Amino acid sequence: MTGKVVFRAEEVTKTYQTGAAPVRALRGVSLELYEGELVVLLGASGSGKSTLLNILGALDSPTSGRVTFREHELTGMDDDALTAFRRDHVGFVFQFYNLVPSLTARENVALVTEIARNPMRPEEALDRVGLGARLDHFPAELSGGEQQRVAIARAIAKRPEVLLCDEPTGALDSQTGVTVLEALYEVNRDLGTVTALITHNAAIRQMAHRVIRVADGRIVAIEENPAPLPPTGIVW
Amino acid sequence: MRALDRKLLRDLRRLWAQSLAIALVLGCGVMVLVLATATERSLTLTRDTYYDRARFAEVFATATRAPRSLLPEIARIPGVAQVEARVAMDVVLDMPGLARPAQARVLSLPEDGAPVLNRPTLRQGRMPTPGSTDDVAISENFGLANGLHPGDSFSAILNGQKRQLRVTGLMLSPEFIYLIGPGMLMPDDRHYGIIWMNEAPAAAAAGLTGAFDDVSLRLTRGASEPAVIAALDRLLAPYGGTGAHGRDRQVSDMFLRSEMDGLNAMALILPPIFLIVSAFLVNMVLSRLIGLERPIVGLLKAMGYSGREIAWHYLKLSIGIGVLGVLIGWIAGWWLGAGLTRLYTEFYRFPYLIYAPGSTSFAISGLMGMATVVLGALRAVRASARLHPAVAMSPPAPPLFRRGLLDRVAQMLRLRQTTMMILRSITRWPRRAAVTSLGVAAAISVLVACFFTFDSIAAVIDEAFTRTNRQNVTLQLTHDAPTSVIEAAAHLPGVMRVEGAYSLPVRLIHGPQSELTSVEARGADDMLTRVLDASGGAAPLPPEGIVLPESLAAKLDVRAGDSLRMALLVPPRETLEIRVSALMRQSLGETAHLSAPALFRLMRVAPQVNRLNLLVDTPALPALYAAVKDAPAIEGAQFWADIRQKFDETLNRNLTTSVTVYAILGILITVGVIYNAARIQLSERSYELASLRVLGFTRAEVGYVLVGELMLLTLLAIPPGLLGGYAFSALVAQGFTTDIVRIPLVISRRTYALAALIAVAAALAAALMVRRRLDRVSLATALKKRD
Repeated sequence: MTGKVVFRAEEVTKTYQTGAAPVRALRGVSLELYEGELVVLLGASGSGKSTLLNILGALDSPTSGRVTFREHELTGMDDDALTAFRRDHVGFVFQFYNLVPSLTARENVALVTEIARNPMRPEEALDRVGLGARLDHFPAELSGGEQQRVAIARAIAKRPEVLLCDEPTGALDSQTGVTVLEALYEVNRDLGTVTALITHNAAIRQMAHRVIRVADGRIVAIEENPAPLPPTGIVW
Repeated sequence: MRALDRKLLRDLRRLWAQSLAIALVLGCGVMVLVLATATERSLTLTRDTYYDRARFAEVFATATRAPRSLLPEIARIPGVAQVEARVAMDVVLDMPGLARPAQARVLSLPEDGAPVLNRPTLRQGRMPTPGSTDDVAISENFGLANGLHPGDSFSAILNGQKRQLRVTGLMLSPEFIYLIGPGMLMPDDRHYGIIWMNEAPAAAAAGLTGAFDDVSLRLTRGASEPAVIAALDRLLAPYGGTGAHGRDRQVSDMFLRSEMDGLNAMALILPPIFLIVSAFLVNMVLSRLIGLERPIVGLLKAMGYSGREIAWHYLKLSIGIGVLGVLIGWIAGWWLGAGLTRLYTEFYRFPYLIYAPGSTSFAISGLMGMATVVLGALRAVRASARLHPAVAMSPPAPPLFRRGLLDRVAQMLRLRQTTMMILRSITRWPRRAAVTSLGVAAAISVLVACFFTFDSIAAVIDEAFTRTNRQNVTLQLTHDAPTSVIEAAAHLPGVMRVEGAYSLPVRLIHGPQSELTSVEARGADDMLTRVLDASGGAAPLPPEGIVLPESLAAKLDVRAGDSLRMALLVPPRETLEIRVSALMRQSLGETAHLSAPALFRLMRVAPQVNRLNLLVDTPALPALYAAVKDAPAIEGAQFWADIRQKFDETLNRNLTTSVTVYAILGILITVGVIYNAARIQLSERSYELASLRVLGFTRAEVGYVLVGELMLLTLLAIPPGLLGGYAFSALVAQGFTTDIVRIPLVISRRTYALAALIAVAAALAAALMVRRRLDRVSLATALKKRD
């Protein structure tokens, strides 16, 4: 797959100064993500996958190197510009859903649609992930899979160009995991959203266009997958 | 409504108890501010309206006997708009049904109808018929207290003659809004009143036909009051003028003003404490809430919410609490202000009452309340805005504990692990512990300062009734008399000891300072009345020189050893140079003292007396009452036991209410602080505490960790709280001290103990209230949930 480049990371490093010794989470990563593709990032705990994803999504800034989103250089943008970038272009999905417990499913999605430029209606977003019937339930009244699907609805409701998912199925059983992946797969297919998905689960790579392996803060391999499978076809 | 606002409302609902606790503390501050300013404004407005409509005079003077022909001259003094001269005298009354003699001030009414100045308001009946010799109008409360209505009669001794007087009407006067008899501390409506009668019979009774002894002036706009007073003094001097004065020394107006000053002091001193504590509470709760919502803050940032939007979101939460507090304060302040204003009419007699709280006090208190919560929230809110999204969403690192000195001490003491948890929590979060402790300390300070007022009143009573005035009766004589009356008075019923005193009006002058006051001359060996030195001990009267109350010395800017000039306002009307021999403590009034031989030597007259202090055997008092009622030489009498009883009665009536109100204020602060601290502890440590339960600790043992820490912080708050209470009391004493009464800074151990005890009890109750929630925490859920 060789569409237009959406993200370009060049020699990105990230060092955390916590505790006595500095932790080098990324040691020079260069990477390009293309329009419409779904990539899976595979790697052990602490390999730097999440740090990379956070930097691409402007949740964190690199220690050195350059990150560009289309023609815009993210490194060097001030906080307001980064906020605007996240608001307009990026959707996040996290392992622990991160729903606001005091808001219903619809309201959690509305949190995003209220500040986005061209959002879908919350109901439509929830419908897309198969939760059209559970609009007014609070997170505590939903199962784990349902909560994660609300989180996906929330992420896609702004019609983002990029969807960054950090272990979206990590806290789910396989059956529920499949329904969540199904939702992501369909969003990527129907809306053409660039989707980057972190996982520990090697089986999930079968649904990706490309698989990026990360170890010790470096990209160690990039594999192309000429025939991605829909999540229902994956067995794990 | 936006989803974020919906979250806000639900957060407020979830935190309702904590929010309410803060709102109540804030509300107290707002309430006191509104209450004091609204009452002060209403009283001022009522007073000014009344003064204006009743044409209350601006300059007042008395003389012994001035001819009416002097009046045109007085009217010609530059700046004088109107003059009203009249006859005034004090009389003893024999009221039906009253054992103790009542007293009254008789004032003449002009023959041509109503007075031009100090116009009384008729409340019942009519004015005395012109030309009638027995018709009188009386002050309304004296009539009501004695059951006297138009048509009733009573008898009075006028110029040595017992006369039957007929009541035609009941009246109120702007001169007597606060009506208090000479030497009294509280109004006593049964035993003191005003009698208005036609001029001819009044002048005849006082021996002042064609003359006057009392004059009031109203000035033109922009006139100089001191200049008018000086001119009037010059005109009246040959006729026994005793020194003219403005409204500043008019008794009723003085009391009113001191009440208003007290209200202003209250508005200045009390609210800041409540506001500061609320600011800390808002900070405490919001910091914790934002701490708990770190992941949500991170998430919102990830979604594209800016730091400003998130800060505004949490700021709105504190504003919600502020709005609630301000509303509570406004409503309570408005309502209590109306009540307090009405209560004032019990002591202050106005013909009408204007309750006009005014929008300013509401606006100012509202702004201050909102500023308080916003300032309190600022730190926490700024932290939320600065939180980095990636950091916010990762779970917080476990708090770092270090082994320190405390641990070594604790190890030596072999403290239990639960106690260690308490100590480590305090040393790990010293700022939070300090805020909790200081909050309770503030509550203790408020309590000390509130209860202190009772100590100071007790000290004033002790000074007035036990240390300085040990006589039980004081008699005022109609005229100056030779010292032989002391011997005669010894024969009155039940009299065990008599001491004579001579009191005269003087003007004390030191440089540009000048004060109108009275000097009391007494024998060196007098035992019944005494002067106190600065430390409150009885001091002998120095044989030479004048002894001044500390406050008067401060006004005159003199110290012991300095000289000042004393203008005698009675014959020989000379101005003498005199040395200040000592300063004395005097809480009530400002009277200078002088030894009698020294005074009469200076005046070059034979020793005389115009006041007798008696020690009377209590069972013989009724017989003495009867003798006083029939003695023409006596114009007034003070019965100290009755004055004290009246004082105590009024005080006790207000005591229970006041103690309750003050205790509630202190309890509110304590509960607000401890409840919030406990809820925060619980939400933060439920995992830890539930783990203890799983390990087999009992509920009581786990509760100990929670309650123990809070109680330790409460106990630590006691010393700074008491210290703060002392400082705060000093402020109150300063703020409430007036020309009439100086509040001594005396705080009893009981006050300290009571303040600490109330705070500890309130803290314990608040902590236990939260501890009960601990029982309801499901172990399984608490262990699963990690925030």
